[in-house]
Amino acid sequence: MSGFSFIGKEVRRPEGGDKASGRALYIHDLTRPGMLYGKIKFSAHAHARIKRIDTTRAARVPGVHAVITAYDTPEIRIGFLRDNFALKKDKVRQFRDEIAAVAAADPDAAAEAVDLIEVEYEPLPGVFTPEEALAVGAPLVHETSSDGAPRASNVLDLAYGHDSGDIEAARRASRHVASGEYSTPLIQQSCMGTAGCLAEFDAAGNLTMWAKTQIPFLAQRDFNQALSALGLRGRNTRVIVPALGGGFGTGLDTHAYEYIAILLAWRSGRPVRIVYDREEEFSCLSPRQSARTRITQGCDAAGRLTFRDVEVLQDNGAYTSWGATYPSVMLLPVTSLYRVPNVRFRARLVYTNNTYCQAMRGYGNPEVTWPIESSLDDLAAAAGIDPLDLRLMNCNEPGEVTPMGLKVTTCGLRQCLEAASGRLRWREKRGSGRRVARGVGMASLIHVGGGGKIYRSDGSGIVLKLDDFGNVNVSYGGVEMGQGLHTVLRQAVAEAVGIRPENVFVNQTDTATCPWDVGTHASRGAFMAGNAALLAAARLREKLFQWAEQVFPAEVERNVRALCRKDPAYRPPDFDVAASARAGSFDLKEGWLFLKDAPADPALRIEFARLLRAVHYRDRGTIFTQEAFYEPDTELPDWSKGRGNMSENYAYGTQAVEVEVDRETGEVKILALVAAHDVGRVLNPVTLKGQIHGALAQGVGYALYEEVKTRAGRILNPGFTDYKIPTACEMDFPIELVFVETDEQSGPFGAKGVGEPGMVPTAPAIANAIYDAVGVRVKDLPITPEKVLAALHASRA
Amino acid sequence: MAHVVSFELNGRPVSVQAEPWARLIDLLRGPLGHTGTKEGCGEGECGACTVLVDGAAINSCLFPALEVEGRSVTTIEGLQDASGRLAALQEAFVEEGGVQCGFCSPGMILAAAGLLLRTQDPSEAEIREELAGNLCRCTGYAQIVAAVQAAAGRASSREGQGA
Ligand code: FES
Ligand code: FES
Repeated sequence: MSGFSFIGKEVRRPEGGDKASGRALYIHDLTRPGMLYGKIKFSAHAHARIKRIDTTRAARVPGVHAVITAYDTPEIRIGFLRDNFALKKDKVRQFRDEIAAVAAADPDAAAEAVDLIEVEYEPLPGVFTPEEALAVGAPLVHETSSDGAPRASNVLDLAYGHDSGDIEAARRASRHVASGEYSTPLIQQSCMGTAGCLAEFDAAGNLTMWAKTQIPFLAQRDFNQALSALGLRGRNTRVIVPALGGGFGTGLDTHAYEYIAILLAWRSGRPVRIVYDREEEFSCLSPRQSARTRITQGCDAAGRLTFRDVEVLQDNGAYTSWGATYPSVMLLPVTSLYRVPNVRFRARLVYTNNTYCQAMRGYGNPEVTWPIESSLDDLAAAAGIDPLDLRLMNCNEPGEVTPMGLKVTTCGLRQCLEAASGRLRWREKRGSGRRVARGVGMASLIHVGGGGKIYRSDGSGIVLKLDDFGNVNVSYGGVEMGQGLHTVLRQAVAEAVGIRPENVFVNQTDTATCPWDVGTHASRGAFMAGNAALLAAARLREKLFQWAEQVFPAEVERNVRALCRKDPAYRPPDFDVAASARAGSFDLKEGWLFLKDAPADPALRIEFARLLRAVHYRDRGTIFTQEAFYEPDTELPDWSKGRGNMSENYAYGTQAVEVEVDRETGEVKILALVAAHDVGRVLNPVTLKGQIHGALAQGVGYALYEEVKTRAGRILNPGFTDYKIPTACEMDFPIELVFVETDEQSGPFGAKGVGEPGMVPTAPAIANAIYDAVGVRVKDLPITPEKVLAALHASRA
Repeated sequence: MAHVVSFELNGRPVSVQAEPWARLIDLLRGPLGHTGTKEGCGEGECGACTVLVDGAAINSCLFPALEVEGRSVTTIEGLQDASGRLAALQEAFVEEGGVQCGFCSPGMILAAAGLLLRTQDPSEAEIREELAGNLCRCTGYAQIVAAVQAAAGRASSREGQGA
């Protein structure tokens, strides 16, 4: 491997000490002088007309400063399709609809006042499944679109599809075909730090928002629109991002509670903080979208894939978030996971009176990798081919252009398949454990690894500001939410500029000081930050070296004088310094400027800080601030056709699992798991392992435990007692991580994005192992003991 | 109606007013300004609020404030030494990758600290068992367990050298 100083090393997490000592400040810890506590009154019905709201008693509670409803505040439209409102008027469409809100001097007064708000409803019939919503004559969740046009059905006006080749001919020509219907549940992102924000106006009507967001700049745009609605057109929002207690996709939209905090702050003239408690987080924050998928795929006699036909139906809930664009990412595995020449894809989203959904890690990818990889094992069984061999035979290769038009650059899928199966001892174990109900299964993934273009710009800006002490302060608009962005940013800047990581300080993310970034999603954080850092560093070094020409000879003289003082016998190098001090002759590494021709000569090296001071404090001197904007060379796909090279590279991986199934109880025990991922290049082993381990635990939860349960739109398990996420005990099995380094050219130092892939193939790998163990296939996540038992009974009948 | 409770917080005596219904976490995060203790659920389900009372890990969101009268409470702020240097356990959490978003970290670290007070060299199973009440959504626990093992190992090797 190359001579990196810091890339690939275990560079320490810069904010780790603050987090381990309780110093890090989350939204829950922020206060402002005079701050009020905001609290929201949520709907008591899933679908109803609002007949009357009476806030008089609430307003009389001592300590209450403001009580607001949609009837006494300007309308603020929100959401991806602008079909949602900060506060609801006339009708509610889901249980969590925001009807009124209170700001009070203490949380108890706010809670008491919210209880005293009286709302009279006229209940309406609701639709709670996609089938109900699609039925002829079904009640409409939205009678009109956001532009006021009447709506005829509950189907969203978003078209996602793909057609390539000739599906019907391929189906007829296939020797083996597997098909099935699969589903994935609503799950809760379950950030340990709940959602919240703090809104404060200055005297001129400009807003400062401390927000738990992953999209500070799109949020700024959204909040500025809200300011316009308040009559504050032209005023500005500054979004500041505190420490985030987890993100996982919950920060990809702006939320009604944020606009409510703005309204309360505007009405009361005081800073207002709203923080959800855990029950509110479960009941009133959008969960991950559920999906139902019908899949058919086929292969020829040898096992080569011939076609794949996938139809997805998604329950969108009552309003539309960015999460409704899940099918944009579903297109990747559907068209491009393994080589398949003929592909058809359709996705439909429908409004219901259920809680509306939003993004979570993987963003549509796990939803369809689940049916694709499960059904692939059925196909292997039909063809009598080992599932590993089927996958190897159809493996993606570098240089391929997929039906979606993805230009595959590097591709480590084959190495991942081989590593995962090899480490799990697949050949020895597969199909041999039925008697003891043990089995092995595997599944792979493709995901964007070099940004993911789903917005007009997929770019990221960076500013490097240098001081007199050899430090670089980095302003970057992406969000550190625990994944380690600031750690790799620190490493990347140190490596690219040629200084030490201790001298790199990453500023708090703040729209007032950081340049634009589209958001921290699509596993793009480290990829974009690293590339932006490289771009800025290259320009900075050019300038530094030009200025160094002017100061280097004098600084060398100082060195020589100092060396002579220390050692009278010292003889300066026989070197024409003035002639050698040319911009092109310098290098800067680990905080020292030196001549490439004489890297080790102590007389011919200057410490970085000294160089900066020498350049600053001279006649017509200068200081350095360097910006750069990295915009990946990608295409915004045509979604209705499902075509476009949306990322600069693609990440691959394979997970292989061994399980044991208890035939009496249906319980599934994971015995071992190997996760092999094509990461391009390991930037930092500690944060990389953290990303994969954390995603794996979410994948295990998705596979075996997690489901937000609802009845007629009401969430039935709004707490961790009834909504089970894996604990240290559920994760008590050997996990082996294998990192395949493919040295991706578009990646910073060769790296690909890795944030999401770890949870994408976990569930189908487990399901395939269960199939190998006991011969039954569960098609609905989570795979609970009840479902396994039912499948075992059905197979015996 | 409010009572005054007096106890030792991170080695220093404190006296603070508390309503009879107040929870320990309310005192810590409110009048005492120790916001390192996190509230993740308020229901005893997540462990983010874990602190040590007389050396035993408890959920401060369930613990009545008045019951700390005369007892000794350790929060995350109390683990580092007087000069602010992190304790070996905290260091291990940072180095091994046991900290990501960090919201579970104070509670997780104190739960582990409680275990290490009882058992100097816990097995992996004991560590996992002990931490089962502390939820973490970021790490998948592998590096947290490694951090506790590393800290325990360091402590016992130091003792070994001293002996
Ligand atoms: S806040 Fe106390 S257990 Fe969750
Ligand atoms: S580090 Fe985020 S919850 Fe544990």
